[in-house]
Amino acid sequence: MQTEEMRLDGNAAGGMLRDVFALEVTTALARCAGCGSVAAMGALLEYGQAMGVVLRCPTCDTAVMRMARTPGWIRVDASGISLLMIPDGASQATHDQ
Amino acid sequence: MTDLRVAGTPPRLEWRVATVAGVHNETRRARTLVLEIPQWPGHRAGQHVDVRLVADDGYQAQRSYSIASPPERSAVELTVERLDDGEVSPYLCDVLGVGDGVEVRGPIGGYFVWDVAQGGPLLLVAGGSGIVPLMAMIRHYTTTPDEQRARIPVRLLYSARTLDDVIYRGELEELSRTGVKVAFALTRDAPAGWSGYRRRIDRAMLEEIGWPPSEAPRVFVCGPTPLVENVANVLVQIGHEPMRIRTERFGPTG
Repeated sequence: MQTEEMRLDGNAAGGMLRDVFALEVTTALARCAGCGSVAAMGALLEYGQAMGVVLRCPTCDTAVMRMARTPGWIRVDASGISLLMIPDGASQATHDQ
Repeated sequence: MTDLRVAGTPPRLEWRVATVAGVHNETRRARTLVLEIPQWPGHRAGQHVDVRLVADDGYQAQRSYSIASPPERSAVELTVERLDDGEVSPYLCDVLGVGDGVEVRGPIGGYFVWDVAQGGPLLLVAGGSGIVPLMAMIRHYTTTPDEQRARIPVRLLYSARTLDDVIYRGELEELSRTGVKVAFALTRDAPAGWSGYRRRIDRAMLEEIGWPPSEAPRVFVCGPTPLVENVANVLVQIGHEPMRIRTERFGPTG
């Protein structure tokens, strides 16, 4: 199977992101530690596997976040995110440009 | 596992057993499941759910499926395309019947979401079963009052292999009455006398059906990864603001 076909949007990882974060974070903005560009978590590139997912920067392909489900633990490596901005407020409004 | 929840924080997304209240075959390969989900909190057009199947030996398979029904409808409808070598979709399409239970959790996602409050113009581009979340947006749109709709023009460009593969075909053909302009692009075979597009979605098509960048449309693109990436790239080449183009890629696992 081609890698290109396996590439999805960060939005597709929304279920696992809700296991990790108490909030809906696909609308949160993540700054890539590799290139500094900012993208909505839902707009990152998602490569999913049975155990977990890798989210990559759409600009430079850095793996910004890895999540894996292991017995008893969800393991999260978010070292590729240098800043995470989560929309605040009860309305959870999407960030509109 | 230790429960680290703090009082007042939102609960985890829980798995719930949904009951199948109805099934409709949409095409030869796509089927709609009408689900009744206990304590369903409501959803927004464009969101998805995770569906989990657990075998007797404990083996689990999980997939995401977009919600086809609008927020205004209480039952949650999923339209699932059967991928013959898939692990989950053949079960959902061929085995699951009315009265059966299936584990779901959701709604999930806030990024690929549209409601009338966001305004328009709204350009929707679908490939194959990528129509499903866009259909939730269209259905949401058609339930809003006429005067509100008049300010938000909506256009749909939908690519399918043949006319028989067009999901929600009857409903889409009726949409012209509500002000939604629908164009089909058939890539494999077209009936005699077909006056619509007879090729893959390309730049000329997006310029004919879409609005110019000066109109600043909101664009939602959903379908197989190669189609979505091609459409998004062409829209940016035409001059559309990348931040106004939201994509949802459908993967090849079913």
